Amino acid sequence: MDCGVVIVGAGQAGFQTALSLRNEGYAGKIALIDDEGRVPYARPPLSKAYLKGTATAESLEYRPAEFFVQQAIDLVLDNPAVALDREKRTVALRSGRELEWSSLVLATGAHVRRLPSTGPEPFYLRTFADSDGLRNHLAGADSLLAIGCGFIGLEAAAAARAQGKRVRVIGAEGRLMGRAVSPFISAWFQAMHEKHGVEIRLNTAVRRVSESSAELPDGTTLAADAVVVGIGVIPNTALAAAAGLAISAGILTDSWLKTSDPAIFAVGDCAAHPNVYAGGLARIESVQNAADHARAVAATIAGKPKEYHQVPWFWTEQFEAKLQIAGLAVETDETEVRGDPDSGKFSVYNYKDGKLKFVESVNQPAAHIAARKLLEI
Amino acid sequence: MPSITYISNSGESRTVTVDSGVTIMQAAVRNGVPGIVADCGGECQCATCHVYVDGKFLGLLKPAAEDEDAMLSLTASERKDNSRLSCQIVLTDKLDGIVVTTPAIQQ
Ligand SMILES: Cc1cc2nc3c(=O)[nH]c(=O)nc-3n(C[C@H](O)[C@H](O)[C@H](O)COP(=O)(O)OP(=O)(O)OC[C@H]3O[C@@H](n4cnc5c(N)ncnc54)[C@H](O)[C@@H]3O)c2cc1C
Ligand code: FES
Repeated sequence: MDCGVVIVGAGQAGFQTALSLRNEGYAGKIALIDDEGRVPYARPPLSKAYLKGTATAESLEYRPAEFFVQQAIDLVLDNPAVALDREKRTVALRSGRELEWSSLVLATGAHVRRLPSTGPEPFYLRTFADSDGLRNHLAGADSLLAIGCGFIGLEAAAAARAQGKRVRVIGAEGRLMGRAVSPFISAWFQAMHEKHGVEIRLNTAVRRVSESSAELPDGTTLAADAVVVGIGVIPNTALAAAAGLAISAGILTDSWLKTSDPAIFAVGDCAAHPNVYAGGLARIESVQNAADHARAVAATIAGKPKEYHQVPWFWTEQFEAKLQIAGLAVETDETEVRGDPDSGKFSVYNYKDGKLKFVESVNQPAAHIAARKLLEI
Repeated sequence: MPSITYISNSGESRTVTVDSGVTIMQAAVRNGVPGIVADCGGECQCATCHVYVDGKFLGLLKPAAEDEDAMLSLTASERKDNSRLSCQIVLTDKLDGIVVTTPAIQQ
């Protein structure tokens, strides 16, 4: 008997799994378990339009609450899954409610890495509540200190600078967005931020923070009206680990996104999956990864097995620059720049052994789209 | 309060009325109109909000910007002369009564 599908986590991947199951014609029961107490919403605007004040809370919601009722998706809000029983195929929620499943999808995402704090906590940016808190606080602040020179820190810096705040970015690494872009793009974005008046300090590992300060390795302390920390995330694997599922950099899956238990799938930020573009196991934090994982798993559960192999893509917006990345920033040995970087419209093609690996386009959407097609394996 | 009519690939029609400033994608999603997926939430990154705009209204729209034009080459259903991404079209009173058809597939 089909006891239906339980999806743990109602973020991008969990929501998309439920939606795609119905689109695939799956008629069984679907339960979508949330722990934030909000109808599923998109995170990218949290460090962009929502933070700047140009998007409303409602515009972030993927669908209104009634949609879930219409689609017979049991959206269980503010009631986290606390334990899995793989033998009985049940999941227990905090409230004590127990749900049976025939297929279980873990879409638990990730939580922010924190810095030790010396007082009241600084802001982090993962949830709607985080972004809303920072947005309100920034309204009455003159300065922002962003710790972390990845996408989140830089997007928050750009959003605050655009509102006229004094902004400083402190990064532990030697270049901006080092894990995800080429050195050329790091340098170009650094120059752009500096041109806009953002002060950037690299190779500086902050030791401790508070809501209004950061302590540097040399003992000096920097102060600001607001402090936001974006130093990466840790996948939510505890539930899976406690149930004895294999874990590596995330919940371990095969290329069908099945975990070490074939009735349990893992999708999105929490899943360490074989990725042809990475040339091995990868755990990827992006909308593309979450949505395409979800679609593959939904098709498989609906009886149309689908292996995951989509081209990774990503975007970020900082000031007037929209950067789109096709492929994954793996190690390369040759770089070709097309277009004029000074014009603010150009693309960087990155090769390894003569093969195109990833393409970074700044304000050149057509080049990005062409690259997504070019890179298809 | 502009109204908008969505005609599905199989010919069913739904009309909804929304506040000015809402996009054609948002109007569909908030009112449970099927046929528009909108993976990226309106960021012009996914091409799953593709619609065909009725010829009478096409001339009232601002032409597609560079990013929309690029993304339109990734639609799952055929791109036609009246293809647009519905997340890029903001509804105003001028567009009251606009009619769009949703494609057979979005992904
Ligand atoms: C500020 C910000 C900006 C971003 N910008 C971009 C961008 O520009 N482009 C891009 O491609 N990507 C961007 N991302 C990344 C993208 O949003 C994520 O990759 C995506 O949200 C991952 O989806 P997910 O469903 O795997 O995880 P999440 O969206 O994190 O959802 C997981 C959900 O599961 C919940 N959960 C965890 N454990 C349990 C449990 N036991 N029971 C119930 N619920 C549970 C979590 O609380 C959360 O609500 C951004 C992320 C952030 C935070
Ligand atoms: S919603 Fe993604 S391109 Fe329109």
